[in-house]
Amino acid sequence: MKTKIEFKRFLDTQLFPKLIALDEDRKYLLKKYLIPVAIFVVLAVLSFVVFMLIQGSSQIPLVAMFIFVIIAVIFYFSGKSEINLYKYRFKTEIIGKLVSFIDESLKYVPNAGILEHEYLMSNLFLKDPDRFHSEDLVQGKLGKTEIKFSEVHSEYKTQTTDSKGVSKTEWHTIFKGIFFIADFNKEFITNTVILPDIAEKFFGSFLGSKFQKMNFSRGQLIKLENPEFEKEFAVYGNDQIEARYILTPDLMERILKFKKESKKELYISFLASKMYVAIPYKENLFEPKYFKTIIDKQMIIKYFEILQLVTGIVEEFNLNTRIWGKN
Amino acid sequence: MGMLLILGLIFFFVILIPIIIYNSLISKRNMVDNAFASIDTMLKKRYDLIPNLVNTVKTYMKHEHDTLTEITRLRAKAMNASPDEQADLDKKITGLMRGIMVAVENYPELKANENFMHLQASLNNIEEQIAAARRAYNAAVTEFNTSIQIFPNSIFAGMMGLKPKKLFEIPPEERKNVDVGSLFNS
Repeated sequence: MKTKIEFKRFLDTQLFPKLIALDEDRKYLLKKYLIPVAIFVVLAVLSFVVFMLIQGSSQIPLVAMFIFVIIAVIFYFSGKSEINLYKYRFKTEIIGKLVSFIDESLKYVPNAGILEHEYLMSNLFLKDPDRFHSEDLVQGKLGKTEIKFSEVHSEYKTQTTDSKGVSKTEWHTIFKGIFFIADFNKEFITNTVILPDIAEKFFGSFLGSKFQKMNFSRGQLIKLENPEFEKEFAVYGNDQIEARYILTPDLMERILKFKKESKKELYISFLASKMYVAIPYKENLFEPKYFKTIIDKQMIIKYFEILQLVTGIVEEFNLNTRIWGKN
Repeated sequence: MGMLLILGLIFFFVILIPIIIYNSLISKRNMVDNAFASIDTMLKKRYDLIPNLVNTVKTYMKHEHDTLTEITRLRAKAMNASPDEQADLDKKITGLMRGIMVAVENYPELKANENFMHLQASLNNIEEQIAAARRAYNAAVTEFNTSIQIFPNSIFAGMMGLKPKKLFEIPPEERKNVDVGSLFNS
């Protein structure tokens, strides 16, 4: 774990000069491509509004709208490679440095991510995604524990047809946030899943646990002896003993503590000696800004805290203690 | 119509509900028995490790000969003991084993012995599994006890002769989940 002082020094000496240089690039891109794109998009919208106001009595605004859209697209595509380069440089020079500052052995690959089959393996989200996207992969070995995590966004679609026969496709998020996989310190085979407990919060422990039992797609309900843990989470598994072999009283306390510190809903799954943790985040993380300055301490501190929190799972959950025969 | 309704109600209350309650009570009782059997399996697994451990450590440990003989003796006794005796013997064995593991600190050569390190990991592992099996047993017992005490199940439980079962006493050191790692310095 890096201290706040170490981080501040790193931020001032290493990251800030890079942020200043990158911000110059951003201003250049903004002037040359992004502002023109924005202006022509606004003009296109205005033309359309005019077209609607005059109730289509003249076609000119519509023609103007198409021209503006085309110009905006041309501007965007002519600058696309430079914009992508800026994005890539931000990711490798800022986020990449941040990752290796946290631990030298960690590697950062902006365009890679957790694979869809790894996500599905976890059994955390039962709905099959129709669209799956992942990026910002971090992987490496912390102590004795192999880890990897990335941003993941999984969605499913619904199609509705209205009375006029026009079909509409809508995308709904299943999960968006950070998806973390670690090699667990014990051997096991079956699947144990820890989910945020919604039923028990709403209906209290007796009725709530009746509802939890009705969750047939999830295997058996595992009732654990830690009341605080039971209030926060619902645990399902295929094997009552193996679930408790994994979830020792100590690990339950650690998970509770981690949840309190992160102030996030947690989805945790154990399968075939691996641990999966999904932490939801609403926003797209580790992205550069385009219309605002990137010389922004708060943003970097936030990304650092997220990376620190996720890599901290290894310490927090005591994954480097390997005394149960698994190395 | 009225007749049918009455027949339906009778069927529901006199036949269907009792069947459901009876089945659920029996399945809960079986869960308890099953959980108890798994503790037994785990304990046996541990007993199987004891001769290995004794053989490995006895060439190194000069001063703990009596303890080792005692463990071997208790193990042989526990193998054929009744469940009640077994619980008692098990407590003694666990205590002695802990003592040995602490004494290992005085024998650096033994601590570095690969065979011993492997056994130590297996023992830690089996301890965790025993603890898990006991907790699973307690969870099953709690559920069983609750289900025979709530109304209307309590009436049927009385007729079926089902009585509340005792919870396994978890030794305080297991409840605390001692950090065995620090104990062994691994």
